[in-house]
Amino acid sequence: MTEDANAPLPTGTLMQGKRGLIMGVANDRSIAWAIARAVAAQGAELAFTYMGEALEKRVRPLAASVGSDIVLPCDAGDDAQIDTAFGEIEKRWGKLDFFVHAVGFADKQYLRGRFLDTPREAFLQALDISCYSFAATGRRAAALMGPGGSLLTLSYLGAEKWVPHYNVMGVAKAALEASVRYMAADLGADGVRVNAISAGPIKTLAASGIGDFRYIMKWNQYNAPMQRNVALDEVGGAGLYLLSPLSTGVTGEVHHVDCGYHIVGMKNPDAPDLSIEKG
Amino acid sequence: MSETAEKVKKIVVEHLGVEEAKVTPEASFIDDLGADSLDTVELVMAFEEAFGVEIPDDAAEKIQTVKDAIEFIEKQQAAA
Repeated sequence: MTEDANAPLPTGTLMQGKRGLIMGVANDRSIAWAIARAVAAQGAELAFTYMGEALEKRVRPLAASVGSDIVLPCDAGDDAQIDTAFGEIEKRWGKLDFFVHAVGFADKQYLRGRFLDTPREAFLQALDISCYSFAATGRRAAALMGPGGSLLTLSYLGAEKWVPHYNVMGVAKAALEASVRYMAADLGADGVRVNAISAGPIKTLAASGIGDFRYIMKWNQYNAPMQRNVALDEVGGAGLYLLSPLSTGVTGEVHHVDCGYHIVGMKNPDAPDLSIEKG
Repeated sequence: MSETAEKVKKIVVEHLGVEEAKVTPEASFIDDLGADSLDTVELVMAFEEAFGVEIPDDAAEKIQTVKDAIEFIEKQQAAA
């Protein structure tokens, strides 16, 4: 376990000869990047997608650092762009072994205050980008896969329980977790697996949009059974497991990588009291 | 220049890949140093980590120049 986003990782040949597409790397603090590094260190060959110029300039050097030269634009809310990206993957590789979907969006304005006040448009956009996009991309990814294929998406505890400010994103993640189960059933007979990782709070670029995020992190740190927050490379390791042959018997699963926080029902009496201000 | 100012400058140079000479106190991250909106969020995260301070969203929005960042961090450090 380390806090260093670029620390060396266990190397090996678990993913030798496997090719995977990673959608949703923003920078070197991204969970998608932690997973990409973990599978690359085990011999996987990778392709990446990005949305917009600002992300392109961040993703390209990261892709190059793991020897990837396939970096494609893809707006997860646009079917034509998804078709083009997967068409390019098919042209370059012909087949695909794994796919990581690390995409979500909700208007920041609604990640505070009451969920009840979410306007229809903001709700539909959050569900479209954060949930439907997994079906839209997963369908095309699975079409390039044979037995042994693995799809992975990212969720959060806010899908199962109320978490302050997570609001419409929690509802979208609940729909995403349900999608994991239905997609697992759809693809199970083809030998393609579908799973999610529900990671504890991590300070990513995406998390910067969530209100009082420091408070959420502190609360988890004090109240998780392991009394700390999860590190990026631990989520990377869990991603490697779910994408690799180590987990061939696992599908439809939402795997918690959160230092045990999801089992907690009450505040640890030994944990200090926290206020939003002190965060 | 204070130790904090030196450290802020170093972070800005490294993160934005700009020449040190351009990172003057008055330099605006977006207008003068070519930062995009994600850079400004990443810079705030880098400052928080490097100085062990917390920069809430409403304060982060007001940090537009190198001087703004130095002053905010020094104030936080004095209060701690």
